[in-house]
Formats: sequence, structure tokens, C-alpha cells
Amino acid sequence: MDGMPVPARLADPMVPLPFRITRVIREIDGVFTWRLKALDGAPFHYRPGQFNMVTQFGVGEIPVSISGDCREPDTLVHTIRAVGPVTEAMQALRTGAVVGIRGPFGRPWPIDAAIGSDVIFVTSTIGLAPLRPLIHEVLHRRQEFGKVVICYGTRGIDDIMFEADLHAWRARFDTNVHLTVHSAPSGYRGRVGGVAAAIHAARIDGLSTVAFVCRSEALTRQAVNTLGERGVTPDRVWVTLERNMKCGIGLCGHCQFGPSFMCKDGPVYRFDQIEALYSVREF
Amino acid sequence: MRRATVPLAGPRPDPEGLAPDQCARTPDGDCTGMTSDPALLTRDGLDALLATLHAEGFRVLGPTVQDGAIVYDDVARVADLPVGWTDRQDGGSYRLERRGDDAVFGHTVGPYAWKRFLHPPLLRLWRAESGADGVRIATDPPPAQPMAFVGVRACELRAIAVQDAVFLHGAIVDPHYAARRQGLFVVAVNCGQAGGTCFCTSMQAGPKASAGYDLALTELAGGFLVETGTTRGAMLLDRLPHRPATAAEREGAAAIVARTATAMRRHIPDPAALPELLLGNLDHPRWDEVAARCLSCGNCTQVCPTCFCTDVTDTTDLTGATDRTRRWDSCFAVGFSYIHGGAVRPSPRSRYRQWMTHKLASWVEQFGTSGCTGCGRCITWCPVGIDITEEVAAIRDAPAAPTAAAP
Amino acid sequence: MVNVVGLEDTLAAHPFAADMDAEALRTIVGCCSNAVYHPGDYLFREGEPADAFFLIRHGQVALEIHVPQGPPIVVETLEEGEIFGWSWLIPPYRWSNDARANDQVRVLKLDATCLRRKMEADRTLGYELYRRFLPIMAQRLAANRLRIVELATEPRPIRGRSRG
Repeated sequence: MDGMPVPARLADPMVPLPFRITRVIREIDGVFTWRLKALDGAPFHYRPGQFNMVTQFGVGEIPVSISGDCREPDTLVHTIRAVGPVTEAMQALRTGAVVGIRGPFGRPWPIDAAIGSDVIFVTSTIGLAPLRPLIHEVLHRRQEFGKVVICYGTRGIDDIMFEADLHAWRARFDTNVHLTVHSAPSGYRGRVGGVAAAIHAARIDGLSTVAFVCRSEALTRQAVNTLGERGVTPDRVWVTLERNMKCGIGLCGHCQFGPSFMCKDGPVYRFDQIEALYSVREF
Repeated sequence: MRRATVPLAGPRPDPEGLAPDQCARTPDGDCTGMTSDPALLTRDGLDALLATLHAEGFRVLGPTVQDGAIVYDDVARVADLPVGWTDRQDGGSYRLERRGDDAVFGHTVGPYAWKRFLHPPLLRLWRAESGADGVRIATDPPPAQPMAFVGVRACELRAIAVQDAVFLHGAIVDPHYAARRQGLFVVAVNCGQAGGTCFCTSMQAGPKASAGYDLALTELAGGFLVETGTTRGAMLLDRLPHRPATAAEREGAAAIVARTATAMRRHIPDPAALPELLLGNLDHPRWDEVAARCLSCGNCTQVCPTCFCTDVTDTTDLTGATDRTRRWDSCFAVGFSYIHGGAVRPSPRSRYRQWMTHKLASWVEQFGTSGCTGCGRCITWCPVGIDITEEVAAIRDAPAAPTAAAP
Repeated sequence: MVNVVGLEDTLAAHPFAADMDAEALRTIVGCCSNAVYHPGDYLFREGEPADAFFLIRHGQVALEIHVPQGPPIVVETLEEGEIFGWSWLIPPYRWSNDARANDQVRVLKLDATCLRRKMEADRTLGYELYRRFLPIMAQRLAANRLRIVELATEPRPIRGRSRG
């Protein structure tokens, strides 16, 4: 990313920096977005796809992908789904609360791998959060890419996140948004079905397309297969995987996936490079 | 810090801060042995060595007898060491026994490795207190006193080198390990006997110390043959009562180490082939067999001198301040791989496979070295006597059709 | 006859009939008619006799399931190039859901009684049609299984206290 400073090396990588929540946005049921500013006012530079370790003091620390626009380093944005004790406690925090941030960690989406190609984003529900900085960046650099297609699926029409973004992207003449939900009340005019149907409906030219996929691990294979049916080979499919990230710096051992530490060698991988290990159960 | 005539300990100007000065280094950062002639140190000389290290400001640690085992702890004099003790080890079994003589280092490795001093089992990472304008985060100062390890075996030198690779030579340095590693003075001991579960020859780690020490001792009937590995070691030796070793003493020391090497009963042939072998056999039926015996207790990971995994816990006191504490964790715990919804490795089969493939296979790609030193601790301290050398042999003898290519 | 030739071309142009041999095409086009539905129109309703199947030429069709308390639920939408309706193949030949036009929908409607009769008489034709139907049915079944996986593995959100 031209002109973007590389994040400085942390003095003690295990010590969080205090950030204040400047705004809480309720996205959908159980999902909220924080806008944050460093207490010392310093900008927070990162690249699309990277994550932070986020601490609620006295409660615990969890990995959270960054969901903002990396060209706006004065505001750090995190979107969190309340699914466990830490995230549930975080859901109760209000504007003004101070949380701890360590990061950014992880290998970013390789945006340059898609220069000159069509780009398809495949994701569902909260998976749009880690892709959002990449979509923003691709649209900032729109002229470097061919067609841009966003395939996004959710459970129902109340689970669609970042609706303002989706509207804005859909309104552009140079971007196609294929939204799908698993079910809807009668009268809904949008597409109802799985994400696979949305990929098929996008009618991409597989031979000239690079795909960025952020789905649960259970459904990553399905997305890769569906893209394969449209001619996108696994060496042009980038996926994210998930493990128990604890330190973010490859020193605690928790997020190992074969030889790679997902927190520093991932969580973004080119699918053909992990396909063999991905297929091993309980690995 | 006390003033010393020769500044052996204390802050080092080297920005890396970790290298004993003027140490010839391999590309891996290992200290190569120096070539000065070996000396002979008497038992009184060994006492002088301990005293001098203390006088130089080191915290001196060495083997002691505690709770029926060899345990590394603070030592002041030779009498604190396990004089006249040896150990009898086999799969799932460890006993201390009296020797017929008063050898000082006539034992092999016990349940604790030196990692507990360089990579503490429990460590406060920071303390956060809330204030009027947010949160103040404070960290503990690093230990002021440098450490000296006395009685470090070749396999343990390798283990320290392996953990150096993990904590110091990657993109991100662990500041806690670095602070403890800084200025470490190492007195190695070449093994005079093979433990019942040792296989360091297979891992090319021992039984003779070849790198990473300041001084290396070989225990002889009449004293200790001393080899110097660094200038720092040589300077220390100069201050001890010693004389040049005779040719007979040199040959005697070499013979002792050679005898130890040939006495080793366990082996892993061709460890360089293990990454391909193990990662190519991730669905081998042997994993089911070992899982049927494995209790998932995690003993192997706690005694292993290279296992480095940790978890963190936050605790809050009544003032509202939070401590984040790091503690050793084990890949044998179900919660180790927990992500929302459940554990990635719920079965003992997958957890044993994770441990062994990490140790012997993926470690090589991660850190350029095997994670195994052949110390045999995981065999001795496994309550059901699972033997990593046997497990490798079983997979090697009957490789299943490959299900996953080594990446 | 001009009309019939037009239908045959239209049928041949639909992906369902891709590469179908000319004789089979001619046989089934005799059971075929064009139909247009307006937004909100039902193409069929649950329980009615399954007397046709549909090749979508244009527009979007919603497959709906009626639930007693509340509006019907759309469980799938189908679009141009897709087919729907297989109850005509399986006794007792009754629709198991509603199908409704989401916008203006143009379809080729194939008469089921006519097709079943011709397939009975010409087993080769029957095989040809089954050969085209089965993969689509299998694909839909597999896709729906994965939709179940998706719905089952989606973490249950913990509702925020402020939302009550």
C-alpha cells in the first residue's frame, strides 16, 4: 500500500495501549461496532485483514479484526459479535470507556495479487467486517482492478450488516453487490438462498478473477468449490482461517496450524497452499 | 551490582545484550567452542567457581536433591549439589539412588528444565489501574541479577538454543525471555553416563557440549576437565585454582563421553526425515493406538525443555486493578484450541498428534531446528510410559498411504 | 406453425435444454407453452396438482412456505436460466410449496400430463429428462444441506442488555 507507514514495532508486544471508545454502533442483534481513539492521540496504522488483541480490563482479551478504512488512521474501528463471556461484557461498554489494544497483527489481504484482475469478495454476516477495509481499499484504488463483485449472505434480512456501505457500493456503477439471505418474509424482492447461489448469479469470468473469502471454516470449502465451478482456481482464492489466538505474535503456540502460526503467518492464506492440511480433521 | 575486578556479569553494551562477548558465533547465533587447551579443576576449584560467580553478582543455579528428584535451584557450594546421587530412569519411572562414589554430576536430567528460569511458568505481564483519565498500565522491572547455570547438559544447551530461536530470533522478541537470557553464564557438564530414557545422540545434541557454554566440565576421578567456550569463561577460569590437563586426562574425558554415547539405548534414526514422515502420515492408525494410552495430562509438555506455549489469565482485585498473568499452557488441554463453538482438537488423538508433529516436524519449518533435544524427559515423566522414539518407529515401520502432503 | 418453431428456439436457448438432441426437443416442445406472471402472482400453490414444470426465461420466482402464524417465508429464489418444480415427477404429483413471481416473470411452462405420457411411451426421452433433472435436484439438495450447516454453525448472538 503506497505511502502507508509500516506499523512500528511494539516495545513490549504483550502490553496493550489504552484507547477510548468514541462511539458505539449497534449493527444487528448481538453485534456492535466501536469507533476508538488512542488516549495519546497517535494514529493507528494497519493494513486490510489485520487484527488486534482487544482487552476489556478486568475481563479478558480477544482477537478482533479491524473493520474500518485504513486510510483513516485516526479512528480505529472494531466490529464485535457477543458470543462469549468477554464479548458479552464488551457489549455492555458505552462511549467513553477505555479498552486496551495490542496490534496490528497478522498478514494482511494481499491486495496486490488482484491488480489487473476482476475481484470477488465472498462472505457472510460478520465476515464482512474483516473484508470491509479491503473493499474500501479496492474501491479507493478502483482503477487498478477489473470488475468488482461483492457476494454477501446472511441468515435473514435483519442480519444484514453495514447496510449503509452495501447501499453505497450497490449504487456505484462499477461495483456489483449480490446480497442473499437464507429466508425472508413473503414480498421480499431480494435473493433468497445460500452464498453459493449468489456466486453463481454473479456470473464472473473465473479465468480473470481473484477471490477474497471470509467465511466460517465449515463453509470455506463450499465457497472454494463454488468458485471452482465458476473457473476460479484455488491459487487465486484467498481465505481466512480461525484458531485460538492469544498473543498475536507467534509466541504462545495456541493458533498453530501445522507449521504456521495463524496470528503471524495467517489468518489470510492462499487456499492451494493450505488445502492439504485444511482437509485433515482436527488438525 | 557489586564491582568486580573483571566485569563478567552486569549490563552488556551489545545492543542484542545476549551474547557473551567475543564469542565466535555460528550463523545460528550459537557460541562455538574455543580452542584453548583444557584445564583441570579440583573439587575445591569447583567450589571456588561457585563462589566467584556469586561474588560477581550472579544468581547461581545448579542441580540439587529435592523431593526425591534432581531439581535446579540456588546453589552456593559443591555440598549443595547432588554429590553421590544418581537417577534410574525408564518409561514412566524415575528413582534417585545412592551412588557408590561421591561424584558431583553422576546423575542425568530431572523433571525440571532450565526453561523455568528463562521462561518462567508464571509471570505477571502487566498491571492496569484505572485513573481519572483512563487506565495506567505498569510492568514489573526485569530481574536485576544475571543468572549463572551450573551443570547444564548438552541436551539442555540445545534446548536453550531452541528457545533462543523461538523467543529471540523471530520477528518479535519476547522481552521477558530476553531480560533473563541477557548475561546468562553457562557452565556445562558433559554427561558421564546415559540416562535410561536418553537419546540425545539421535538428535545430535549430546552427550558432549559443543556450543553455547562459557565453561564445560567433564567429571573425572580426580577433578573436572574444563574447556572454555568464551572469553568470559576463560577470564573466570583464570581466577580459579587450576592447572593444564594432562594428555591422559584429556583422553580420559573423551573416553567418558564416548562411552556415554554408546550406552544410549533409545534412538530416533534419521531425524531430518521426520517432517516429511510425520506430516505425510497425519491419519496413520498409530495415532489411535497412542491416543488409547495417552491420558492428556500434559506432563510431557511441562517437563519438555523446549515446549513454550503459554496462556494468559486476568485477575482483578478489590481496588479494581487488573493483573495479566502468563502461565505455561499445554496443547494437551482441550481448551488449548478453543474457538467459539468448541475446540479444534477435541480428541486425545489429535492433541497427541499436534504435540508430536509440532515437536519433531513443524518446528523445523518454524524455527529451523527440531524441537526435540533427545533429553528423554517426556518418556520418563509420562505416567503411562509413552515413548516418543517408539511412536516414531511405529509410524516409520508402517507408513500409511499419505493423506496430506508436507506443505 | 411459425409459433411452434419460435417455441422450439426459445426452449433450445434455455440452459436446461442445452445440447438436447433435436428429436427430443421436438417431442417435448409439444408440451410447452409460454407464460407471463406479474409481481405477486402465484405460479402455483402448495397442495395443488403439480401439472407443470417451469424454465425461467426472465425474472425472479420466490419459493414460499406457508406458516400458520405470520406471512409466508421465502426459502429460495430462482432466476433466469434456472428451472423449478419437480413434484410433477413424483407421485402424488402435488406442489409442496408456493411459487410466486417477484417481478414480471416469463417462463416456459411444460405440461406435466403431456410430458409424463410421452416419457412413458418413449423411455429414451424419459431417461434424457431424468438425466437433466437429477443433477439439478442433487445440487439443490447439497446446497440446502450446506445452508443447514451454515445456520447451525452460526454463533448464537448474546443479546445486548440495552436492547432488552
